[in-house]
Amino acid sequence: MGKYVIQRVLQMFVIIWIAGFIVFTLMYMMPGDPAKILLGNDATESTILAKRAELGLDASYVEQLASFMYHAFVRFDFGYSWSYGVPVMQELLVRLPRTLFIGVSAMVLNVLLGTWLGVFAATHRGKWQDSLTMVIAMVFISVPDFWLALMCVLFFSINLGWLPAYGIDGPLSYVLPILSSAVAGIAINARQGRSSMLEVIHADFISTARAKGQKESVIVRKHMLPNAMMPIITGVGGGLAMVVAGSPIMESVFSIPGVGAYLLVGINLRDRPIVLACVVFFAVFTSVAILLMDLCYAFLDPRIKAQYAAKKVG
Amino acid sequence: MKMKQVKRNLNPPPTSLQAEFFARILAAWSARLGVAILLFVLVAIVLGPVISPYGVNQMDLTQILGKPSASHPFGCDSMGRDLLTRLLHGGRYSLLLGFAASMFGALIGTFIGCIAGYFGGITESLLMRLMDVWSAIPGMLLCILVSIVMGAGFFPTVLALSIGSVPGGVRMVRGQILVERKKEYIEAAESINCSKMSIMFHHLLPNVIQPMIIITTMGIGSTIIMASALSYIGLGIQPPTPEWGAMLADGRNYIREFPHLITFPGISIALTVISLNLLGDGLRDALDPKMRN
Amino acid sequence: MKSDTFPEAKTMKSDTFPEAKTMKHVAFLDVKNLEVIYTQNKRTVRAVNHVSFQLDRGQTLGLVGETGAGKTTIAKACMGILPTPPARILNGEIWLDAENILEIPKEKMLRIRGKKIAMVFQDPMTALNPLQTIGEQILEVIELHNAVSRHEGLKRAGQMLELVGIPAARHVEYPHQFSGGMKQRVVIAMALACDPELLLADEPTTALDVTIQAQVLELIKGLREKLNTAMILITHDLGVVAEICDKVAVIYAGQIIESGSKEDIFDRPAHPYTIGLFQSLPRLTAAEKWLKPIEGMPPDPTDLPDGCSFHPRCPYASKECALAEPDCIEIGTGHFCRCTKWMEVRTCQMHP
Repeated sequence: MGKYVIQRVLQMFVIIWIAGFIVFTLMYMMPGDPAKILLGNDATESTILAKRAELGLDASYVEQLASFMYHAFVRFDFGYSWSYGVPVMQELLVRLPRTLFIGVSAMVLNVLLGTWLGVFAATHRGKWQDSLTMVIAMVFISVPDFWLALMCVLFFSINLGWLPAYGIDGPLSYVLPILSSAVAGIAINARQGRSSMLEVIHADFISTARAKGQKESVIVRKHMLPNAMMPIITGVGGGLAMVVAGSPIMESVFSIPGVGAYLLVGINLRDRPIVLACVVFFAVFTSVAILLMDLCYAFLDPRIKAQYAAKKVG
Repeated sequence: MKMKQVKRNLNPPPTSLQAEFFARILAAWSARLGVAILLFVLVAIVLGPVISPYGVNQMDLTQILGKPSASHPFGCDSMGRDLLTRLLHGGRYSLLLGFAASMFGALIGTFIGCIAGYFGGITESLLMRLMDVWSAIPGMLLCILVSIVMGAGFFPTVLALSIGSVPGGVRMVRGQILVERKKEYIEAAESINCSKMSIMFHHLLPNVIQPMIIITTMGIGSTIIMASALSYIGLGIQPPTPEWGAMLADGRNYIREFPHLITFPGISIALTVISLNLLGDGLRDALDPKMRN
Repeated sequence: MKSDTFPEAKTMKSDTFPEAKTMKHVAFLDVKNLEVIYTQNKRTVRAVNHVSFQLDRGQTLGLVGETGAGKTTIAKACMGILPTPPARILNGEIWLDAENILEIPKEKMLRIRGKKIAMVFQDPMTALNPLQTIGEQILEVIELHNAVSRHEGLKRAGQMLELVGIPAARHVEYPHQFSGGMKQRVVIAMALACDPELLLADEPTTALDVTIQAQVLELIKGLREKLNTAMILITHDLGVVAEICDKVAVIYAGQIIESGSKEDIFDRPAHPYTIGLFQSLPRLTAAEKWLKPIEGMPPDPTDLPDGCSFHPRCPYASKECALAEPDCIEIGTGHFCRCTKWMEVRTCQMHP
């Protein structure tokens, strides 16, 4: 098991390095001369050259790549923003907690509420409660989350005046962003939860538990739920990554100065250090989330654990 | 007499395969509803712009930010253009983008997955590790990155939208091929000297196509949402093309006074995506009862 | 086929008369006229039709029949764990120790299930919760029915494991760490943990290798003698029936078509279906060149044939067989047969 974890962590590092390399190359290929874009149209040839030298753009692709890889992954330094001149890492660290807070809270809501709804629907299978839950889930899967966010702003902020529409003044500002980020995931988990519950309900070991004379409520809690939760837990890592990856759009709707909004700033200004830093953050976050959930899954399911323990490193 | 009994137990043969197939898709009321909405949307976006008395980019300066009225049922946008006309026109782009990007992603996924599953060995491990890297960057981000590198336009946007769905497709196809390859009928085919290509195309690929169709159909809806999100943040298809997401971005500035500018485009997206998702569910239930609950 | 004169003495005391008019004593388990249907997608499956049988303590009844004949449904009905819906008990009574199980309130039934009646399920691979240790799962039933501490309960669980030949120390392991045969034994240990008075064993050996099969059968036999447990053994394996059963009931399309003592059924079968069953078994002693399988297919349970449900496949069938459902006839002491033509059938068997 320990060996397996180490192997997975090493694998993750390699994946992140390669992802960094690919993203750098993509950004390098971006059309237009960054120096020209930064200085505007009336810049002279010599100032542009000077700017290129200052940003290190006169070096070859390989040199630039090597420098980026070294600074980013060895010294955790993404350099200075081309447009603002401030260290990117510093800005990122300020913005990080906001994005993470929204993402993790939304995911907790996803799992708890989604699973509960799924179990609710499955235990009322075929009745109106089931149909209603599934219809609502279908609607929320199909509605674009950023539009839902806009409608929430319209309703709760503008019409009712209950919650702030944008910014990060106090904890109430986070309510709408978290809710809007969570809704699609709740709907997905409710559907997933329902179908895995239905699978478990007909499992033989449930008959066994009934034959023992166990109460139905205890059977649901002790036998059905843990088994039905497994597919949901598998999806938590990916879901968390998805919520955080949706942050550029969500943060732009609610004007929250998080990592996603920072990425959009970088893209609009063609500011390569900002974009690279944000994308590397997203890649690291995704990989870590998925890795953690895989390990968690292995810890919870003795069958998977045994598989991993049996695997040889190599 | 005995034969009669045996025959009676068999299901009556289907009248035609297609008819049977469509009957199965439409078995659930939800799938019927999906098809009905989709047909409605399709008819509207095909006929709408033709019937509408207004041009897509025809501005009426007296109607800037006009609220819904008899002559402009959905109102007008910040440049005095008829919202309904633009919505109907924009639907063409959204649907086309959704379909094209899902198909394209599925094609690339199937292609790479087949290569990985077919050749095995180093090719396979290299490709699969590449997919690990590929999926380490979330789909929406890849989409944004590719979009800024490739620039605006229809095909770059299709590419950007499809790229996130590739790793999932590759894993599915390869997994399916690995499962099928172990089965004995493949061994049987090999034993009668079927060529590798023939095994690939006649035996392995058909097993992949069905789940791929399901996944692709179910993905069209989310691709349309992604396309609108992309144009909402100002990438992908550019104004004045009336893409639904771009219209939302435009309406966002007037949300306080003129909420109709964000309500109607959003409802259009939601309605289209719901119909596609319902159809996708129906298709899944019809093609693969195992995947159903 | 060996054949005695037909015993006609009806005055003898018997506890196997399914429809006996005069009951001499109350049987431990008395199933009367049980009728169960399943409804799915507007189709009705008549799974169990007018099934009656009786069983005393210490006795073993073998329920024999093809897959889908309704054997498991009968057992689950006795256990009170039929999933309703889709299943529905239309008719019938199940008397256990002078109590009708179908009328016992839910809470009281919880105390009977697992304690007084226990069941061994068909597929050991899926009958155990994959996420719990087997000790935990045996402990569950012990704690439910006995006021014991966790420690005592685990000790008892360990004893049960030892009883079925699994080292008690393995109680901390998970189901995937056991082989199929061992899982089956765990399931049996679980069923026996509270000394049940009635054990329902649903094909306990079907999923097992022959050698393990023998071990499990020995085990069940030993336990029955030790605890004087009444047992219903569901199987389609006539060899297993010969090994442990006292009485046999042959089920076809949800009906008991023939029942009697093991000797009655094995040596003097009267129903054409039972005879067919034996003829489709290979025998080393007989000089037969070919096996004689029963022709045709089991009937579609959603669309049972009129009259005798076996008549479309029966070599002795005549027009009358398609008209009326045959009654249960007592053709020997405690030997019942649902065939109007049993005399003719038997004559044919004796003088082929």
